[in-house]
Amino acid sequence: MALLGIRGLTKDFGGIRAVNGLDLDVDAGQIISVIGPNGAGKTTLFNLITGMAPVDAGEIALDGHDIVGLRPSQILGLGIARTFQNVRLFPEMTVRENVMVARHCRTRSGMLTAILRLPSFRREEAQTRRRAEDALAFFGARLVGWRLETPARSLSYANRRRLEIARAIASDPRLLLLDEPTAGMNPQETQELTGLIHKLRDRTGIAIVLIEHDMRVVKGISERVVVLDYGQKIADGTYREVAGNERVIEAYLGRRATQA
Amino acid sequence: MAQNSLTPKGPLATKRALQLPLVDGFLWLVRIAAIAVILVGAYNSLISMRLSGQQWRDLVVFGLAQGSVYALIALGYTMVYGVLRFINFAHGEVFMIGAMTGFFVSDALARTPLWLTQPFLALLIVLICCMTVSALVALLLERVAYRPLRGLPRLVPFITAIGASFFLQYAIAGLFGVGVKSYPGVPALSGSFTFLGFRILKVHLLVIVVAVVMMAGLYLYIEKTKAGRAMRAVAEDQETARLMGIDVDQTIARVFAVGGALAGAAGLLFGLVFGNVNFFSGFLPGIKAFTAAVLGGIGNPIGAMLGGLTLGSVESLGPSLVLVGLDIPSAHQLKDVVAFAALVLVLIFRPTGILGERVSEERG
Amino acid sequence: MAEQAIPAEVLEAAGPTLLPARGVDLRRSARLGLTAGGVAVFVSANGMVEAFSKRDIVGPISLGYAMLLGVALGFGYLAGRPPQVLQGFAAPRPGWRNLVGGLLAGAVAGAVMAVFLVLIATFEVRRIFLNIGPELVREAPRLLTVGQDLGPGLALIFGLATALGGLAGTLHLLRERWRRAVLAAVLWVVLFGLLASVVIQVLRGIQTQLRLWTAPIADVLYAGGALSVAGVALVAAAAFGASLLRTSGRRRRPLRRRLDQLPDTSRRLVRVAVLAVLLLGLGLLPQILGSFLSEVLNIAGIFLLMALGLNIVVGFAGLLDLGYVAFFAVGAYTTALLISPQSSLGLGWVFWAAVPFVILASAVAGLMVGTPVLRMRGDYLAIVTLGFGEIARLLFLSDWLKPVFGGAQGIIRIRDITIGPVELRGPQAFFYAIFLFVLLATYITYALQDSRIGRAWAAMREDESVAEAMGVNIVVAKLSAFVVGAMLAGFGGALFATKIGSIFPHSFNVIVSITVLVVIIVGGMASVPGVVVGALVLVGLPELLREFEEYRFLLYGALLIFMMVNRPEGFIPSGRRAQELHEEDMAQDAWLRERAADEREADVTAPAPRKAGEG
Repeated sequence: MALLGIRGLTKDFGGIRAVNGLDLDVDAGQIISVIGPNGAGKTTLFNLITGMAPVDAGEIALDGHDIVGLRPSQILGLGIARTFQNVRLFPEMTVRENVMVARHCRTRSGMLTAILRLPSFRREEAQTRRRAEDALAFFGARLVGWRLETPARSLSYANRRRLEIARAIASDPRLLLLDEPTAGMNPQETQELTGLIHKLRDRTGIAIVLIEHDMRVVKGISERVVVLDYGQKIADGTYREVAGNERVIEAYLGRRATQA
Repeated sequence: MAQNSLTPKGPLATKRALQLPLVDGFLWLVRIAAIAVILVGAYNSLISMRLSGQQWRDLVVFGLAQGSVYALIALGYTMVYGVLRFINFAHGEVFMIGAMTGFFVSDALARTPLWLTQPFLALLIVLICCMTVSALVALLLERVAYRPLRGLPRLVPFITAIGASFFLQYAIAGLFGVGVKSYPGVPALSGSFTFLGFRILKVHLLVIVVAVVMMAGLYLYIEKTKAGRAMRAVAEDQETARLMGIDVDQTIARVFAVGGALAGAAGLLFGLVFGNVNFFSGFLPGIKAFTAAVLGGIGNPIGAMLGGLTLGSVESLGPSLVLVGLDIPSAHQLKDVVAFAALVLVLIFRPTGILGERVSEERG
Repeated sequence: MAEQAIPAEVLEAAGPTLLPARGVDLRRSARLGLTAGGVAVFVSANGMVEAFSKRDIVGPISLGYAMLLGVALGFGYLAGRPPQVLQGFAAPRPGWRNLVGGLLAGAVAGAVMAVFLVLIATFEVRRIFLNIGPELVREAPRLLTVGQDLGPGLALIFGLATALGGLAGTLHLLRERWRRAVLAAVLWVVLFGLLASVVIQVLRGIQTQLRLWTAPIADVLYAGGALSVAGVALVAAAAFGASLLRTSGRRRRPLRRRLDQLPDTSRRLVRVAVLAVLLLGLGLLPQILGSFLSEVLNIAGIFLLMALGLNIVVGFAGLLDLGYVAFFAVGAYTTALLISPQSSLGLGWVFWAAVPFVILASAVAGLMVGTPVLRMRGDYLAIVTLGFGEIARLLFLSDWLKPVFGGAQGIIRIRDITIGPVELRGPQAFFYAIFLFVLLATYITYALQDSRIGRAWAAMREDESVAEAMGVNIVVAKLSAFVVGAMLAGFGGALFATKIGSIFPHSFNVIVSITVLVVIIVGGMASVPGVVVGALVLVGLPELLREFEEYRFLLYGALLIFMMVNRPEGFIPSGRRAQELHEEDMAQDAWLRERAADEREADVTAPAPRKAGEG
């Protein structure tokens, strides 16, 4: 059984069908790229999976259990974490706090234990801290050390992207959705991140779905490529298969030529 | 769809899945209770025949008159909200300053023969003074307090507006004293006449007519003039409007000026209906007019007019209709409770208002 | 960082004030002068100068005059300030232009004031402007012309304003360090003058309580309730010296750092000792302060308690609650109903038995208000809570519920708090109860801020939908913020009820909510020390200087506007703002990336220069 199963997923935005009867399976440990022209419904797909936008029709199942209609926080608790296209951090919170927030669903101490500073609270707090720092250490030296205490807004753009990924990782997801993780990064940084994504999968075995525009990244990273156009899946296969697919070429070149 | 056979890991227990239904259930309970209270109260007071038909009709007329005042104020809220997406909390004070101006000018004019020989000309002069002063105050407010804050999260200008509201209140109190100022009587407006079985006070008729004329004028201004078009463009999309060569700053200032002028007119009408004004007079009408604006669909001028009339009637009829029926003593003491309850219920259950068209874009 | 690094359009967008100044900015000075004149006319016309003229603070200078002098000095200082320049540009050298800027502003302000004086001397405006009485210019004290006739008075006012503006402008000729010292001296002199009664009382109190010979100091510093010449000299010299010392070149290591370097045991010892001294001082405080000042502190303390609660709701969780007074009222009425023998319940319990019910009632009230507004946006939420607050007050006031709450007559004969056999009667004893609760609330605030729920609140404040996506249950987070905030306000209400001994609905109007809001905003959102200082200054000071009372809300309003216009970033730093600043950041990031290219591998340990990243 697939880790994530999507059947007939549909979403309308005031007459525009952003996602149209989409079927998609994600197996554990897979790295999948979702590509498609602008407005193809990629980000909407992420919003639907994570519960940030209500589903109009269709099913989304994690481990065979329906997750449609759950709150985003519940879905994160079940193991689907995401990042955002236009990096959305908690800008005034420190780097460490940003990541610690993601441990919220894995911890349970309430207000009373916090006020009384019970041993269980201290233990959990220390653990949260450690796990957050572990997640940040994933990016080597970039986000740890003195940077832990700086507010997220003072980070460079690339570091913000990294912080967002670290925050998602810290929630111990089984499925990680990355929305254009390399946008705004230079080639060197992009390459580094690609390597890290591979490493992350190899180390933890989580499935990773990423939206990506940079075809070199897509080629280098993905075991499977899914192409969306007008909210529909028009191709699904290895990079080579998809790259040769006529509909894909048409979808991209037909409109891309005028855009780019 | 929500058949959750999930056994989630971590602390995600079933109670979490229950939270939303609990909240929703509570809201439904409030909704049902509110409707039940209204229905039972209305039924009881209608069958008890405690008020005669004439008295009901009087209440309706009074409600419409005070509703027109609310509508004029509400236009200011709704227009500012339309272009800047924030609640100009100090708008009630702009209204109050209009009423104050009305008092001082009419007090001065009442000592001239003009007041008796040409009462309507005198009132027109007062009206123009009120509108000018209020428009100037609104412009000043926009320039000093709001313009530096454009583009910040909307709670920032909102809190500024709260500050401005209190500053204006107590500035007026300090300059002109805290006492209640009584408008001079207008002999030409005393008395009433009967029309279709409704006994209408002349003051109320004047108020309604002036309000209707103002609103019609505003409608034409927004729909037919170049400046009005600019306002609508800025309300739709500031950036695009700017690219199209519209002076956004000037347009926003104009919105404040027009809203302020209408509030100034409302101030005079308020003074004519209720007879007196003090530095705190802007607070309650301000809140009620804001309710009216939301009730009509904020950002929508026509809605503000409808909302104002509705709220005026509800406030006028509500205590007699609902509270008396529930055997609540001195029900008219609670008329502000009715207004605030309307505010709370509207904002909770129908924040999009009667004509809630713009609301879809207002998320976030 | 050469000049070329800044593109032309950025400079243009930055506006003229950021460009290197080529001369005196006459228009700016004139505008500041006009504003100063306007302020001076305003405070004269609304009666502040007159009301404040009865309190001498420094020698013969009354608070009213001090205010007018302060306006001239302050705006002169601003006008003389060299224009800000972008990083990388050389700031213009201080020189005659600072003096001219100040002089011009002062002269314009003086001229405005002179015109105003002529007007009120010529026309009788008292019928409209109630506070412009004859004693301002026409009759005996001639406050605004400093006792002179109109002609010489005008000359005096104009000359004085010009001179003061110029004087303030010349301050910019001084080096930063010296300027600061001068400002510190002025500030402390004003403070000591303003707080004369407190300082005298404290010095005397210390003498009677601790048998230290401090009272004579008061006699040296003050004469007739105002700072004497010797007092001015002493205070100014002390502040000047302290400021110079603090900014002296050899910066000594901060105390905190030196403490950290002590061995563990001695550090603990130091901490305990400091705590003990603090507690001892606070224990003796009400005795030293005497009954009146203790009462002032108590009132400030109750507001502080509420402010700490509202700080959780607004500062931590970002939910702007304008009906906060409702929880205060619920706490007060619950207490009154339970412990007054004359309430409708007539139970007459002791205070402590009522506490659990106060907690319960305010928590329920918090849920009742919090639940309907769960899905509401910030400004709507504020208005709805305002509505709830007013409904609560009107219901407490109504004849309908009079059998329960006593209507306008309220509930009287609320018993004092007892601890065992001891009754906390009188402000000095009551101080301890307030202090206990404030301490508790402060602790709770700190404990929650640095915990799982505190982080959830912060995340929710910054970006609600992302917080939810990152696992924070918004429903729970919002409701818990409301409940905790409501409980602290409930405690405030309980203490208020027992302190006053009787409660009336009119004590619970929207003004209270606004006051608390002003305290936390001016004090600094989400900052506990800020809230403490805010409560003491904004609530304590008007209680201390009674003539402020009439103008305190005017001041609050002005402060709110000022805070928002000048430093809005202290408040609700939201994700949206971050996005708006995004484009700037992109440019900055590109630059940062280039610069950081070489330090890339080794930038772990050493904090890089952070100047460019801030702002």
